[in-house]
Amino acid sequence: MSDVIPYAREDAGSPPSLFPDYGSTVARSPREPLIRVPQTLTEVTGPSGWDQLMGPALADLTTQHKSPPLGQRIIVTGRVLDEAGRPVPYTVMEIWQANAAGRYIHSKDNWDAPLDPHFTGAGRVVTDAEGRYRFITIRPGAYPWGNHKNAWRPAHIHLSLLGPAFATRLVTQLYFPDDPLIEIDPIANAVPMPYRQRMVCRFDIGVTEPNWALGYVFDVVLKGRNQTPFEEGQHDH
Amino acid sequence: MTIDPADRVTAPRLDNQDSALFGQTPSQTVGPFFHYGLPWKGGADLVGKSDMGARPELFPEDHYVLNLSSPTGTPEGEVIEVAGRVIDGHGEIVSDAMIELWQANAAGRYASDDDTREAVPRDPHFVGFGRASTDADGVYRFRTIRPGRVPGPGNSLQAPHLALSVFGRGLIKRLATRLYFADGEGNDVDPILNAVPEARRGTLVAERKGDGSWWLDIILKGDNETVFFDL
Ligand SMILES: [Fe+2]
Repeated sequence: MSDVIPYAREDAGSPPSLFPDYGSTVARSPREPLIRVPQTLTEVTGPSGWDQLMGPALADLTTQHKSPPLGQRIIVTGRVLDEAGRPVPYTVMEIWQANAAGRYIHSKDNWDAPLDPHFTGAGRVVTDAEGRYRFITIRPGAYPWGNHKNAWRPAHIHLSLLGPAFATRLVTQLYFPDDPLIEIDPIANAVPMPYRQRMVCRFDIGVTEPNWALGYVFDVVLKGRNQTPFEEGQHDH
Repeated sequence: MTIDPADRVTAPRLDNQDSALFGQTPSQTVGPFFHYGLPWKGGADLVGKSDMGARPELFPEDHYVLNLSSPTGTPEGEVIEVAGRVIDGHGEIVSDAMIELWQANAAGRYASDDDTREAVPRDPHFVGFGRASTDADGVYRFRTIRPGRVPGPGNSLQAPHLALSVFGRGLIKRLATRLYFADGEGNDVDPILNAVPEARRGTLVAERKGDGSWWLDIILKGDNETVFFDL
């Protein structure tokens, strides 16, 4: 009675779980291959009513405290789409990031860069009927980490999306154009070229607001769904 | 570090907006510093109004901007507590992981617009989604409702289960797994459990402890490694 329409599996841009250049993956990635199972009602459903879970939108990360945070004010906007280019409406995107100096408001981040009392770096938005979202923040700084000698993470914004189903869950990172650290960053490099560049936003003068904030565009593409159920044997590989 | 600078592709670079690259946005790790951004107070309590799930001690209180799921009432069904450790390939606990939960209500209905079975009632007080940070001892813990059975492929019926996602530093992509109950009706005919080699099925089955709570360790790598699914 319940042959569900499955979501697509990973495409060629999907990183492996084990990427030894990123040292923490070695002890934390499964040794056994993932077991392929048919998607069921469990995997093709997901929570509706994001605001019931997470409360109202927090789309402006620069107005959460008494004064504005330090740093370059930016607008990040784009669409959440499926693989057929169809919008994913009313879906939540959660956002967290370091401050302009590259420091997180987290007690385990003890890098010697200043905290900004006026910046938390967490927010959330929901897409509109056309899948569009927009948030305002400051451009995060790069930060060092202990992965290898002189390791620095490129500036990035963490993004978390539920999408319509358990199968579409995605956590990613948005990177900025012309950042020389991307190509020597093991976490970004876990994604093979050319797909790594899907995570690099584009500066857009049309999104940029005069005398106020630089604008960047970033679309998120979630796993899509075939229109009709298909047999397990028809999957490639 | 084996990335060779000589292998680097230099300009021109493509980006997110190039149609030639259009496809699934790749996954990246949540990293170690997600606690002020993802797991909200009460996110691991799908029944009551506790603070379960968050780690507010990891950042200053005035930087807590996450919501508070506030249940509107008590859901139907048997209240259960489900917990376990997350363990890495060295046998060490993972205290910076996050587990997400997705499940049906006591009647076996998902609180999702894509579960269109009108004959099975929704529970207005049960969302079925939750988040739990692992604590300093590497333990995740949810309070929830024991789910009912939901349909599987064909005419099959699945045994009661929770769908779990594991996130953390060192996990470039989430790991998807399930939690079944040792006394679960239909475990022996469950289509997903049966797709798992018999010797490994136990890694998906929680045991009941003396205090009535359910326990299942999630072993990321190594002996008795948890089964993770390619969805
Ligand atoms: Fe980060």
